[in-house]
This record gives sequence, C-alpha cells and structure tokens, in this order.
Amino acid sequence: MPSIEEIGHRIAEELKKHRADHIEAHLEQTVSSHITYRGKELESIGKGSGIGGNIRAQVKGGWGFTSFNNLDDLPARIGLAVKQANLAGNSESQLAEVPPVVDRVLAGVDRMPTDIPLADKKKLLDEYNDIIWRTPKIQTSVIGYGDGYKKFIYINSAGSFIEQERADVTLRLMAIATDGSEVQQSNMSIGSRGDFSRIENLHRDIEEMAKRAVELLSAPQVEGGEYTVVLDPVLAGVFTHEAFGHLSESDFVYENEKMHQIMTLGKEFGGRHLNIIDGALVPGLRGSYKYDDEGVPATKTYLIREGKLVGRLHSRETAAKMNEKPTGNARAVSYHHPPIVRMTNTYIEPDSVTFDEMIADIKEGVYARNWYGGTTSMEMFTFSAGEAYMIRSGKIAELVRPVMLTGNVFTTLKNIDAIGDDLDMNEGGGCGKGEQSPLPVSNGSPHIRIRRCLVGGK
Amino acid sequence: MERILEQAKKAAEAAEVFVVTTEEAPVQFEANRLKHIQSRQSRLVALRIIRKGRVGYSVTTDTGDISSLVDSAVETAEFGTKAGFELPDLANYPEVDTYDPEVERVPLETMIALGQEMIDAVRGNNADIICEGGVDRDVISVRILSSNGGEASYRKSIFSLGIEGSLIRGTDMLFVGESESSCHPLTDTRAVTDIILKQLDWAKEQATAPIKPLPVIFTPNGVASAIVSPLMVAFNGKVVLQGASPIGDKLGKPIFDEKLCLRDDATVAYRPASRPFDDEGVPSHSTALIEAGVPTSFLYDLQTAALAKKQSTGNGNRHGGGLPSPSPSAFVIQPGETTFDDMLADMKEGLVVEYLMGAGQGNILGGDFSGNVLLGYKVENGRIVGRVKDTMVSGNIYKLLKDIAAIGSDARWVGSSLSTPSLYFPNVSVASKG
Repeated sequence: MPSIEEIGHRIAEELKKHRADHIEAHLEQTVSSHITYRGKELESIGKGSGIGGNIRAQVKGGWGFTSFNNLDDLPARIGLAVKQANLAGNSESQLAEVPPVVDRVLAGVDRMPTDIPLADKKKLLDEYNDIIWRTPKIQTSVIGYGDGYKKFIYINSAGSFIEQERADVTLRLMAIATDGSEVQQSNMSIGSRGDFSRIENLHRDIEEMAKRAVELLSAPQVEGGEYTVVLDPVLAGVFTHEAFGHLSESDFVYENEKMHQIMTLGKEFGGRHLNIIDGALVPGLRGSYKYDDEGVPATKTYLIREGKLVGRLHSRETAAKMNEKPTGNARAVSYHHPPIVRMTNTYIEPDSVTFDEMIADIKEGVYARNWYGGTTSMEMFTFSAGEAYMIRSGKIAELVRPVMLTGNVFTTLKNIDAIGDDLDMNEGGGCGKGEQSPLPVSNGSPHIRIRRCLVGGK
Repeated sequence: MERILEQAKKAAEAAEVFVVTTEEAPVQFEANRLKHIQSRQSRLVALRIIRKGRVGYSVTTDTGDISSLVDSAVETAEFGTKAGFELPDLANYPEVDTYDPEVERVPLETMIALGQEMIDAVRGNNADIICEGGVDRDVISVRILSSNGGEASYRKSIFSLGIEGSLIRGTDMLFVGESESSCHPLTDTRAVTDIILKQLDWAKEQATAPIKPLPVIFTPNGVASAIVSPLMVAFNGKVVLQGASPIGDKLGKPIFDEKLCLRDDATVAYRPASRPFDDEGVPSHSTALIEAGVPTSFLYDLQTAALAKKQSTGNGNRHGGGLPSPSPSAFVIQPGETTFDDMLADMKEGLVVEYLMGAGQGNILGGDFSGNVLLGYKVENGRIVGRVKDTMVSGNIYKLLKDIAAIGSDARWVGSSLSTPSLYFPNVSVASKG
C-alpha cells in the first residue's frame, strides 16, 4: 500500500480537476497504546493503529464533507464532497485569505512514547498502583494510561501541502476509599505533548492523592451559598477555559447578531489586572501546534487585555464573516470530523498578589483546588474542584468534600479581585464540543480570588 | 476477516475478530440555514486473543496490515489479564429488530425538509430564536468471528432528529434543545418541536428560587442530566467486584422507594440501543435491576462475570474500540401513574428541573450530585410561574431515591440509552443568588 504522503500528492493533483469555491483534504495515520488498571490487577492492555482521511468542499457557503478509512477511489470521494457542497450552498462562500503553505513539522519528541516498551510502562504503573494500595482504608484504584503518535497531512486547492506530526501522553489515576456505604474518591490527571518523563516521578503526589480520598470520608460538606473563593492554578485554568474561553469561540458569534452585541470588542469584562490569552503558538504544551487543521499558522491571541475584550478565536470562515484576522484555531479531533473553532492553550496572565496576601483578609471562604470537570452554556458555567478547604480568618482550615462552583460569566469575571504571581499550566484535560471529544488542550492561571461565587452544598 | 482469524489462531489458543462498519449521513443546519451535508464511512477491526491463558488485544482501521494486528495482540498478551472466560458459541440469539431498509432510502431532500420544518416550527412564534439542528441517517453493521467456529452478525439503521434553539435578551441566554431517534425513519417532527415550544412558553417569565430545601420535579431530561449517571456506575458489575459500588452488598435489600423499578433492556424492537447480542457475542437480555425498590442484579460482561462467579448479562460493550467492559445498554425506569400536571398541582412552592448542568462532575460513585439549573422553573401554588437562574440543586441520589413523592406516567426516551418518566422528590437542597 502506498504511504499517506504519496496518496497526498495524488490528491493534490486530483483537486485541480474539481470545481468548488474551496476544497481541502486531510489524511491521518496513527499508532497508540493503552494500559488500564482497575483494582490491584491490570484490566486491559492494547495497541491500536489507524489510517483515514476526509475531503471537505465549499460551494456558495455550503459545506460538503466525506470521511473514510478506505483510501481507495479518492477521486469519487472528492466528487461526492463537491456535490454535497453544491446541494448545501445557498449564499456566498467566505474564507479569510491565507497564503498557501508547504511545510513539514516533526513531533519534536526525544523519546517517542509509543516506542517505549510496554514492560517499562507497566512497571511504572505498577509502582503507582502499589502506592495507592499501600494506603490504609483504600478500597480500590483506577489507572488509565494512554499514548499516541499521529502523522497528518493537510492539502488544499490553493496549493497548501502541510505534513505534521504530534505525540500525546495522558495518565489518569483515581483512588477510592470506602467506609460502610460511604464512597469517596480523589483523582489526578496529567498529560503532555508526547513527553513521557512528565508522567514519571509522581510517586509522592500519588501518595498524597490516595491519602486525601481516605480523609474525605470524614470531611464535612460545605453549606451551599455564596462565598469568597480562592482557586489554585489548575482549577482557575479550568475556570478560564469554561467561563470565558468557550464564549470567545467565534462560531457561536459570527452568525448570531445578539451574541455579537454581547461580545463587542472593547467591552469591559473584568478589572484592569485581567489578561486572558489563547494560543497554539505558546510552545511545548498539549494545545500547541504550528498549523491548524485549515492550514492556518498558529497565533497567540489576547482575548482580554486589561479587562477589555480585544480578540476572539477564528476559523477561516468566521474570520472572513466578521472581517477579522484568522487566528489558526480550526481544529478537528480526528479525520472523522470537520475542523471547528477550538481553544488551544488558554490562560490568565500572572499579576503580583501572593497566596498569603490573597487569603489574609478572608473571614470565611473556600479554597478550591484541582479539578473533576467543567462545562458551560456560554452565559452560565459550572466547574468542580477535586479538593477543597475552608478558609477561616485568613488561614487554610479544614478539608471539606469536593465542591461544585457555578456562576454567570458576565458577573464572575468582574468579581475576580486578586490575581496571583504563580502561573501554572494544567495539561491533564481534554475538551469536548459538539461530538468532538477529547481534544488535547491545556489551560492555566495563577491563583485567583473570586468574590461572591455560588458554591453547591447541603 | 477470515484471514485475520486464521493468522491469529496460529499464535493463540483462542481468537475473536470483531468488525464494526458505520455509514453516517448527517445534514446540519446552522443559524436557521442548511450548512453541511456529510457522509462518513468508518470501519474498525478488533482482535482479541487468549494466549498462554492471557488476553491480548489490538485494534485497527487499517486492514491492509494483518500481521501487525496479530503481532500487537501477541505482544500485549504477554502482560494481559488472565482470561477467566471462554469465547461464546455465537448462536441462539433472540429476535431483536434493529434494521429498517426504509432508513437508507430516505432521500436527502426529505431530510433537508424535515430539518427546515423543525426550524420553522420553533421560530414560528418568535423569529429572534436562532436554531441549530440536524437530521441524521446511519447504518451500522457488526460481525463477530470466533476461533471456535462461530460467526454472528447484525445490521442496525438509525434515524435521528435534533434541534436546539437559542434566545438571547441582553446578556440573558436561553437554550432549549430536544432530539429523537429510532431504527425507523422519523416523519413527524412535532414530537420534538412541541417539547421545545412548551419550554419556551414556560421560560417567558423569570422567577427567583429561595435558598432552602424544596420539592423538585425532575422531567425526563432532568432525570437524565442529574440522577442516572451514578446508577449506571453503581450497577456496573466491575465496580461492584471492586467493592466501589455503594449498592454492591445491597442485592435483595429494600434501599430504594418501593415505587422504583428499573431494568436494562437491549431487546426493545427498533430502538437504537437494541441488538441481538453484545460486543462479545453474548445474547442480549432484559435484566431487572431494581424491583419495587430492591436491587436484583448487576450488569456483567464475560470476564467480569467469570471473576464474580456470575453469568454475563450481555452487557459487554466496546467503547472507542477498547476491550469489552460492562456498561448499560438502555436503562428503562418504569412509569408510574401520576400525571405531570398532578405533580405540579401538588406543589405549593417548588422547582421543575429540565436540565441540570455539571451534575455528572462530582463524586458519582458516592451518588453525590450538584449542578446549575440551566433550564428549570419555579412552581407556586401548583403553577409554573417562570424560569429560575443562578440556582444550584444538590443532593445524593441514594437519599433522594429512598423517598420518591411520585413517579410520572410521562415516560419517554431521552437519547438512545434511557427511558424515564418525571420523578418528583419531596425535599431537595437548593442554593441560589436569592
């Protein structure tokens, strides 16, 4: 069978024969492995490989899209995508101008995670699982390790031909403690852009995680209501992603006049200390890349600068329709889906407040750390902490059950009244949007303090 | 496929090849207009072997390279878990209808017209609403071959309608969505749009929730978003085997309200979650999980059943091409006799929860849930008075399901894997901005 590079060159020739406003192709080749533990024993170990691609065409503003594993008969598939686009088209095609690019981007990883022997990976996970099981009162554990290497090619009718590689590593651990019918859990989630060493030497963190699950059994639940809340960098990163990041994805805005009014550039969203950035150009993170899935060079985009809305994330189509510059944020989770506007590495820039200053004048508040998850509906968002402590009279006090926080983005960002000096990025998460999940992203922040944040509780 | 099995048999005591082929053809509307027409083809081949008593596994979409698929399975078998099961005979399946050839024959023009009809209905009374939606037509084929000579296959057709409307006033946003799916073609869009129109009507006014425990009705969508995920985990035989399920030692004990009956059912004719056998070839069942408030069974695949000394319940599912693992097919909560209106009439002050955002993000194992009432209503003196916002509802499903005020007669499918009526609880914790 020919390589995907050879197939790519054939497609590039074939695209010239079809008439559409725009045609592009993606080809992808992957290898992956996974190991999971459930309890003391290894539960599942497996390896995977894949090959596939898609053709996307635009005619009169309508999109045709066909995806496939079977790489035979590609001319017919190009024809099908063009035909679909013709059927869907009912207005005018608009795509931001991007110069054609021919480039090759390597994974940039010294030790390819998929090449590391399974025995070595298993040995590390055995060590981690032993630590969890050594902790008294632990009922059981769940560990999920996954890695992948992907080579993908982007080709379009304007002459772009971009080969890129990327590698990915994720590790999730959960310790579960029980006492009668009471069950509590604690989690850890780590990821990297292919750097296996990032998941090594976590023994001490895992020991603490396991102990926390046991401590939660006797921890009280917070009384529900409004609190002054301090978020650690990990949770503040999730907050930034959910509360504001999704709102700056232009596909929610570009054809919705009312949403556009809400998201007018220049509008004040927070205090002058608030700066929020998204950018795949920030190097070495899980959301980093050189070109997006429309062949647009990655950028670093200020979304909020000194409290004011100054930018948003674009695909070529949303940029053209809003008459703004493309930002290189069109991403697809795999060749099975067309690219849509997504975040990459999203974070709050550090300010100067130390952690001690931040909690010093809080009489009663909540210090929330780590994450379970988060979600948004644009206006409202929720995110949940993996661990939480009461703050009493300026000091960190007792451990409480993990809390769920919620708010309205338009008031909550303004209620951030302190931003720390200790930016840290969280690479353990994956982002879901529509049916495309999990997309590798990172997010981060320094510690932040939010006044009047609604906390769920008893 | 046969060649994969032949090669694998040479390297292992037992082997099984699982192939799933999917053809999807969605049409999608954005901002009230037709925007995308797609066709997606995919094929996945998974090889499971038992070698020296251990399970090896590999999966690929690239069927050009059989040797690497077999080599990978052999490599992983060195570390794999000890196989406690034997591959099934791949015979004696129940008759479960999942394929209607009419689905493939629905013309693209009809699908586009159905989508437009939904958008027109939702925007009929309010042109400020912006709709996204779609009509989807899928055909899935599953085939299993095993080294003990057996072979089994089935085909499934799925037709689905979905629409979401957003209404923005100032910075106030309202999102209302609904969907329906079947193995038959769907022709009546009103089942979907009527529910949306009712929500839009209820949400016209705004109301404020107090900070105190209140009676709460969870509608079928509300039950799906808040109550069901912890149960799906708790009845998983693997979680039970690990000792991590809070109901693991409660079989036969009345721990839920006696009105509550729940089953897992992969045999309902022409439902998208139905099938004659699971992803490892075990016949499908309807398994009673809760009868009159008493847990009666857990869900098993072959390996977990072997370790727990039980029988597989036909719940071996491969998610994303992984090894089979127990998970629900379709949860069916038995409807009660109380109408939704009677539940409302019973409430002096309370809430109706249609969608609780973020409820699945907490300590699911322990049954705790907490979420933002993204779509929900205040009830005063038996009447819905308006939409509540900035409101959180929290609780523990095991405490709630011990005392159910009423189970609705309004059961319906929510997505493909849950059929539920509304559930009415007398006392649920509510926090709000007041």
